[in-house]
Amino acid sequence: MLWPIVLGVLVLLLLLAIYTYNTLVSKRVRCRGAWSQIDVQLKRRYDLIPNLVETVKGYAAHEKETLERVIQARNQAIAAQGVAKQAEAENMLSGALRQLFALSESYPNLKANENFAQLQEELTSTENRISFARQHYNDVTASYNTACQTFPNNLLAGIFGFKLEEFFELEEPAMREAPKVKF
Amino acid sequence: MAVETFHDQIARNKRNSILLIGVFMVLFAGMGLLIGMVWSRGDRSFGIVVAAAAAALAFVLTLLSYYAGPGALLAMSQAHEITHEQDPQLFNVVEELRIAGGLPMPRVYLIDDTAMNAFATGRDPRHAVVAITTGLRTRLNRDELQGVMAHELSHVRHYDILYATLMAVMVGVLVMLCDVFLRSMWYGGGSRRRSGRDREGGGALQIVLLVVALILAIVAPILAKIIHMAISRQREYLADAGSVELTRNPHGLASALAKLGGDTEVLEVANRATAPLYIVHPIKKFEARASSIFSTHPPIEDRIKRLMALTA
Repeated sequence: MLWPIVLGVLVLLLLLAIYTYNTLVSKRVRCRGAWSQIDVQLKRRYDLIPNLVETVKGYAAHEKETLERVIQARNQAIAAQGVAKQAEAENMLSGALRQLFALSESYPNLKANENFAQLQEELTSTENRISFARQHYNDVTASYNTACQTFPNNLLAGIFGFKLEEFFELEEPAMREAPKVKF
Repeated sequence: MAVETFHDQIARNKRNSILLIGVFMVLFAGMGLLIGMVWSRGDRSFGIVVAAAAAALAFVLTLLSYYAGPGALLAMSQAHEITHEQDPQLFNVVEELRIAGGLPMPRVYLIDDTAMNAFATGRDPRHAVVAITTGLRTRLNRDELQGVMAHELSHVRHYDILYATLMAVMVGVLVMLCDVFLRSMWYGGGSRRRSGRDREGGGALQIVLLVVALILAIVAPILAKIIHMAISRQREYLADAGSVELTRNPHGLASALAKLGGDTEVLEVANRATAPLYIVHPIKKFEARASSIFSTHPPIEDRIKRLMALTA
């Protein structure tokens, strides 16, 4: 009389464990996917920069300093190792690009160039994509970390070695948290 | 008031929608049974046949709208697909937002109309389409475009695109079923009543059935429409909130909504069936009418007010 009950409870527990395990795995996969999405967008930015520099050179060759800073920042970002170092290099690159676009304001011919306008749109979009990709990474990481830490998932996470993922530090702390809505 | 996360809202949204589709299915079968029994004057097996037919019809139409609905909708709206080269900024904005939401890239359609509007369709995020009129496209700056597209992508993300299509079909079928019944009573009532006396017993039951069926046939479609519109309005608020979740910037959408609110032009390619899918109501663009219980969209002023509350 007792054995069927014990067996039933064990089967239920096993099913719960399988479900929890699969949930944690799929959430972790989403984190890693979101992380690689950031790299895709960073790569896109590296690819766009040589084109941009060439176009600007034709109109504002004597702004050598700014152009060189962009190229240097790009090469440093590509070479950077480790998350913290890379984030620093990427921020420098963003700053250098911003400077370049600010500079273009004083060259009407450059601004009128269709190729430049196109590149500017693509780079603006890429900057947005990078920050959105980071935002998405933080969103799914928050979801994964919460799943790892809540009971009873935390027991299983401990046994199977699910480690918490690190958040990407954003420049503006206000952007880190999704706004909460009251209804 | 409890603070809800977006995730909770999406989950509740899905639960409610599934519940509603379930309720509609039961309602179909129930109405079918009742109507069948009235037609055959109390014969339960005939009632079951009609109930089964009603349920089967609803099922087939639901399936049909699931697969063919978005395509038909796009054709009805005279929308045409565009590529990245035709409008790089629009494409980039959509691409940015689909990254923010972790969604696959939807197809982008343009509607050649000077009225300002936009909508999303498709049965799931993998088959999603976002469409915008040229009138709206040309009058928005990048931030506003981002807000509007984020609103549409939120419809995709919340599975509103699927439920909106399914709900429209469900309400349509229920209205049709009740309509068929009421017409049959009007035309065939006399002869049926006479032959009904020949059968033994169940006279009182027949009258009760008839009255109940008549009342239901009149009330059910109205109720169904009110529920449909209420849900549609709630979805709009939710998509506005979802838009801010993606962009983290309520000002873009708020300013776009203000522009949309100022536009009184009617979108010719829209009709009553497709109206709930648009970002603002394409036909009735007047605040007074928009706040009625039959409206598919909440008033724009209220939407802007709620958006701005998110910045506080």
